[in-house]
Amino acid sequence: MAQLSQFRLKGLLILAIVIFAVPLFITNPFHYGLATQIALIAGAVVGLNLLVGFAGQISLGHAGFFGLGAYFSAITTSTYGWSAIPALVVGAIGVAIIAWVVGRPILRLKGHYLSMATLAVGFIIAIILNNEREITGGPDGMPVVPFDVFGWELSPFGQYTLFGMEISGDLAWYLFAGVILLVAVWLAQNLIDSPIGRALRSVHGSEVAASVVGVNTAKYKSLVFVISAVYASVMGALYAHYQGFVTPAIAGFDFSIILITMVVLGGMGSTIGVIIGAVVLELLPQLLADFQDMEMVLFGLILMLTMIFMPKGLLPTAANLLAKRRKKSAGGDV
Amino acid sequence: MTALVEVNNLSKAFGGVHAVEDVSFSVEAGQVYSVIGPNGAGKTTLFNLITGLYTPTSGDVKLNGESTVRLQPNELAERGMCRTFQQMQICMNMTAMENVMLGRHLTLKSNLLTTLFRLPALTRDEKAAREKATELMEFVGCGEYLNAEASAMSYGALKRLEIARALAAEPKIVLLDEPAAGLNAVETAALEELIRKIAAQGITVMLVEHDMKLVMGISDRLLVLNYGRVLAEGTPEQIRSNPDVIAAYLGG
Repeated sequence: MAQLSQFRLKGLLILAIVIFAVPLFITNPFHYGLATQIALIAGAVVGLNLLVGFAGQISLGHAGFFGLGAYFSAITTSTYGWSAIPALVVGAIGVAIIAWVVGRPILRLKGHYLSMATLAVGFIIAIILNNEREITGGPDGMPVVPFDVFGWELSPFGQYTLFGMEISGDLAWYLFAGVILLVAVWLAQNLIDSPIGRALRSVHGSEVAASVVGVNTAKYKSLVFVISAVYASVMGALYAHYQGFVTPAIAGFDFSIILITMVVLGGMGSTIGVIIGAVVLELLPQLLADFQDMEMVLFGLILMLTMIFMPKGLLPTAANLLAKRRKKSAGGDV
Repeated sequence: MTALVEVNNLSKAFGGVHAVEDVSFSVEAGQVYSVIGPNGAGKTTLFNLITGLYTPTSGDVKLNGESTVRLQPNELAERGMCRTFQQMQICMNMTAMENVMLGRHLTLKSNLLTTLFRLPALTRDEKAAREKATELMEFVGCGEYLNAEASAMSYGALKRLEIARALAAEPKIVLLDEPAAGLNAVETAALEELIRKIAAQGITVMLVEHDMKLVMGISDRLLVLNYGRVLAEGTPEQIRSNPDVIAAYLGG
């Protein structure tokens, strides 16, 4: 659709403006840290949305892939001295293969059964990361060396020059994460507005309709599962380098649920919407720091309330309201 | 003329219920071939068997001489067979146009790299697919819905949209399952005209339908099913004068 392409570019442009405007409003390194985390997690959520929002499948174990990417990079760079980019790429390929092997059989399942199977996948990954103490450091986690490109290091504690300007490592990392997020969104939008994207969405809309016009639905379900796992893996690897430390918690059940909640809250099938979901759910615990123990309760409540009152999620619901209002006021003029 | 679809002793049982039993017939290329029969006679089951949604208990279906009973629906689509459904299968999460463009799936190359980086090859193919879809939507009479969401369309328009999607795959044969169900007289007349136009393009049409006036008017041959078995087969004239059919179905 001409409209869809227009909307796609508009969304990307607005996102770019927001990302690059954020540094005008924050100066505190802690806030940069938060913004960087949000951008990286949002990238993983954009990938998960391809699976959940567009293809209508579910993964309750997606943090597992995030964790695998993170640990693969952590171990290969910190223990074996690999450079960050080859580590990230090889990790992503490895995760793609694992996701394909696992996805092929379990994506035959539907609904609750698929939920349970993906949940189990996440648990298995988290348990392995927890138990392989020799390699992963076990529950205590392990330190990770800074991200590097051909020997040049990007560390939150460094000082860099960009276009003749002195910038702090925090800001540099934030800008880097912001650009990565933009690329993630651009790729996702390209995928959606294409024959492959239509095939994916048709699996959601009507699997049988898709199959009778020649869509190999099993193949496309595996494909989107693999793509969303690769998104998680890449973002996980960057996250590990940025944090400088990984623990098995990033592969755990809680984080999987947080990722899904971000998709549902922001709006399944809305690429910009799920980013808003990620922003809201990352900021909320900061605002409610006193209720730290209640975090998961809060997320559960948000998930429930969104499902009941706003099943389409924040952004699509807001867009609908706006469109309705506009129609009303236009109608009033006539 | 050669048989495009050949059905030999086809049976399907669900538990103890024989939905389709020992059915044989053949459809020649270019025909409009209708399957009629009372409710529960096994018409839709027969369509589901032919299009690969069900695997038969016994018997065989051949498309262009090749046995298809082990093939998936998407593999049948690759061999030129498309269909619509009695319970319409429209992707309500997509626009009307995208639903028809989905029908172009097999003719579009779907390379992941050209897709992710939106290379010119993809944009060009998409533009061609959109033009073809526009043409087809106008052909079936959905021209006013070119920019509509599927969920905003009327029932009758959705039925035509489903036909456009099937045609988008450039099939040799389309199977239409009760396309006139729920349509008013004007819409049914338009549908009859549409089926004639499809047949005129050389596309073989198989039809399950209850509307006798429609079926008798456009079919080259008919198959009458009753309790899963073949009651009669022949031209509309033969069927109309067949005493068994009159007794069981047409009701004198």
